Amino acid sequence: MTALLDVKNLKTRFHTPEGTVYAVNGISFHVDEGETLAVVGESGCGKSVSMLSVLQLILVPPGEIAGGAALYRDKDLLKKSESEMEAIRGQEIAMIFQDPMTSLNPVLTIGRQISESLHFHMGMNQKAANARTVELLDMVGIPDPSHRLGDYPHQFSGGMRQRVMIAMALSCNPSLLIADEPTTALDVTIQAQIVELVTRIRQQVGMAVIWITHDLGVVAGIADRVIVMYAGFIVEEASVNSLYENPRHPYTSALLGALPRVDRRRDRRLKSIPGAPPSLLAEPHGCPFTTRCEFAIERCKTENPPLTSVEQNNHNIACWVDIKSGAPR
Amino acid sequence: MKSESGHIAVLTPDDLETPPISLRELAWRRFQRHKLALFGAVVLIMLFFYSFGGAFFVSEDYANFNDTTISLNSPSQQHPFGTDAIGRDILARTIYGGQISLLIGMTAVIVETILGILVGAAAGYYGGVVDNILMRITEAMLNIPEIFLLIVMAKFFGGKIPDISFFGRILSGSVVLIVLIIGGTAWMYLARIVRAEFLSLKERDFVLAARATGTRNSEIIFMHILPNCLAPIIVTATLGVANAILTEAYISFLGLGVQPPTATWGNMLDSANNYLESAPWLWIFPALLILLTVLSINFLGDGLRDALDPRSRAV
Repeated sequence: MTALLDVKNLKTRFHTPEGTVYAVNGISFHVDEGETLAVVGESGCGKSVSMLSVLQLILVPPGEIAGGAALYRDKDLLKKSESEMEAIRGQEIAMIFQDPMTSLNPVLTIGRQISESLHFHMGMNQKAANARTVELLDMVGIPDPSHRLGDYPHQFSGGMRQRVMIAMALSCNPSLLIADEPTTALDVTIQAQIVELVTRIRQQVGMAVIWITHDLGVVAGIADRVIVMYAGFIVEEASVNSLYENPRHPYTSALLGALPRVDRRRDRRLKSIPGAPPSLLAEPHGCPFTTRCEFAIERCKTENPPLTSVEQNNHNIACWVDIKSGAPR
Repeated sequence: MKSESGHIAVLTPDDLETPPISLRELAWRRFQRHKLALFGAVVLIMLFFYSFGGAFFVSEDYANFNDTTISLNSPSQQHPFGTDAIGRDILARTIYGGQISLLIGMTAVIVETILGILVGAAAGYYGGVVDNILMRITEAMLNIPEIFLLIVMAKFFGGKIPDISFFGRILSGSVVLIVLIIGGTAWMYLARIVRAEFLSLKERDFVLAARATGTRNSEIIFMHILPNCLAPIIVTATLGVANAILTEAYISFLGLGVQPPTATWGNMLDSANNYLESAPWLWIFPALLILLTVLSINFLGDGLRDALDPRSRAV
């Protein structure tokens, strides 16, 4: 079976006055139909930029997609024209964003914003679009939806707005939903509701989800597979169980070690990763994690390890060292 | 909770919910508290009644009818505002002149607003080369003194536009010309305002979100971003009406504006030029009307700015 979305060697750069920012440095990943893929990593590691690049939503210039391919149902999205992309965005691949407070247009009613893509993509008339909008709002758990079509975003709470965003994203039954940290701006109980909502809807309509987050707790709950990104590279890719039970990259291992856990003693200090992520302004050579890595060897400084399989069930890491034994591989 | 009479109050969601205040209602409430703006709006409406309603009582022929035997009569029972140098009734002429002046004010602003929005939106949204070219043109236009542009354009295009009929009135081509000239020389400030708004608004998340749902550029510009900068546009446009009326007055005063016998408040001032002291009623009435119009429009614009400012939290 071919993947729904197959990204190959994607490279994205930004040409800024300070120099070229190497935001995404040749990442490859795939998403299957109906699968949930989580992308984790700290701020600025290229999670969002890689997804925006796939949809050609980065601003060009200063941005530049320097290479690679993004095959969606075997067609390369990066080669498509703007008008072809408009037909794909929203209809085939939808996206929801981090901050629901700013992602809705403050001067347009909720009903208008949701029904817009119904007009455009599905060619619905006003009546049909309104009916579908009510249905969508009901699906995402907005009470009394028919009375809220004429409301403005400021009349909704944060969690409600994120629900509206999700309703907007779902309006045209996309095959793939890219959720860019959809719960980061929300408090924990609302987070749980949104996570539950997306999981439920995913099962209902059978779409694939790419969930970008830096919350490893959320990942464990929803994802089938996980990609760990660092400084524009994918450093580890594994099924969710394999990753949590058996992290093989020093970065993933350190990341999981830095998580507070309820079943541990509370008087122990939380472990942190020393140092800071590298500046993306220099063209990367060697492994980007070298300077913060406790396992680093000489080879790490000069050669960037490729993503290679270490275990049978598609567990891939990009590291020269086997962290279990500490020996080079 | 049981009430004293013994039955439970049943509330439907509709009862529970306070009816939402729309942005429009909110703006209207704020506007109402601005007394001067209300005053301006009322005066303006009265001026419209004066110019357009007055036409039912006096005919245009009467306004243009000259009788040199009664030239330069001071205000009297028969001619409440007096008569001008060739014996035309000033009251009738201010009524018909008002129509033209107000019409010029509004249509010139429509031209100005359309031009300003198109240029500003394109420059702000697309940025880069488009922005550079459009803004350099805007600056070039701003650098030429407006009065020069007006005079040159008025001279150059004068008499080349045929007369048109409008609601049964024949308007001389010079009216259309003046509208185009005023609109064509006043759009630059609005273009800059719109561009600045677009520059900041296009970076907002909701624009990215709109793009991510496959919204076309034209739709993002006009449906998503433009409504967000309506407030400054409306305010600039209101103030532009006052400006256009004044501009019309001064090119008419220079004799390059709307050509007689069509009256405007501006060219009535022009013809009063020689009788400033001997027959003050010639200029007092049209000048007073211009003053009232411009003043009330400015108050109105002020009130609209306060009412439409989304940052204002007052309810």
